[in-house]
Amino acid sequence: MEINEKFQEKKHHEFLTENTDFEVRSLDAVCFNESELKHPWWYNLKYAVAGILFGIILVKAEVISWFRIQEMFRLQSFHMFGVIGSAVTVGIISVWIIKKFKIKTIYNEPIEFVSKKFNKGNIYGGLIFGFGWAITGACPGPLFAQIGTGATVIVITLLSAIVGTWVYGYFREKLPH
Amino acid sequence: MFEFLKQPWPWYVAGPLIGLMVPALLLIGNKSFGISSSLRHICAACLPAKISFFKYDWKKEIWNLFFVVGILMGGFIAIQLLTTGDPIQVNPKLQAELATYGITNYNSFVPEDLFTWPSLLSVRGLVMTVAGGFLVGFGTRYAGGCTSGHAIMGLSNLQWPSLVATISFMTGGFIVANIVLPYILKL
Repeated sequence: MEINEKFQEKKHHEFLTENTDFEVRSLDAVCFNESELKHPWWYNLKYAVAGILFGIILVKAEVISWFRIQEMFRLQSFHMFGVIGSAVTVGIISVWIIKKFKIKTIYNEPIEFVSKKFNKGNIYGGLIFGFGWAITGACPGPLFAQIGTGATVIVITLLSAIVGTWVYGYFREKLPH
Repeated sequence: MFEFLKQPWPWYVAGPLIGLMVPALLLIGNKSFGISSSLRHICAACLPAKISFFKYDWKKEIWNLFFVVGILMGGFIAIQLLTTGDPIQVNPKLQAELATYGITNYNSFVPEDLFTWPSLLSVRGLVMTVAGGFLVGFGTRYAGGCTSGHAIMGLSNLQWPSLVATISFMTGGFIVANIVLPYILKL
């Protein structure tokens, strides 16, 4: 049993370093599930709780405010720069501590970090997302929170973003990366 | 305490709390913080259409969908229980600029002068809601992440491609907000 587990873990690492063209997850190294554990569905409820807390923070920080995003892009307020800057600072320290002390998950799994490989999409896609961010005043997280605050028409923005994602997937091979 | 929670939270309270989402998700299940991938999972679940980009085991990533539904619920809870109902404070310069486009309502984080169901019938509302959303979805996936996946998670893990992406987000935003958006708002 233990040998089998070790083998699986090794295989898993190999999978992570491989980056053939259509092993899309490594090109798209965000929000993965690195856990190899199988759990019943209700284990996912803890992510819903994390989401609720995050949603509350987004609203109370006014990150979901279209006006705050406009202020940011016009350099009229420090607020958003302070939020993102301090979030990144706390994130860097947290990741450093996790790596330094090899902290494990609550299920005693080693925590995995995935390196992001550069591709030109980081620039082209980044600019396109920036265009959209300035117009909608919301990145994907705030879109969900905005709907929660009662701005139901943002469902249309969200659906449009899903369509945008789909269209990207459709044309992916033809786009420069 | 409750009164404090009802006020808008200053950046030095909210920012570090957002940063703590990174270790929280790692510790409770080895999950890398990020949101825009949820849009991809929805595509993979609903309309994969034999596109290789959407052919993967999205059920393995279902935690991400629980997370975004949680965000929506969090938005509801915050607005129902944790607000003062005062109008939103905005830089007077921005307020003066927006007034020239007829945007004067500061009751909601999502401006009611721009984003409402009836506004979808106007060119301005349609462009901002539909085209704006499309650019967000297309751009984040092309970039391989959004503000959370790149700017927060990626930078926390000191990934330079994430820094490139973050700089691109900001550059794109600066260009549109200052140069293009005035024309859209005039529509």
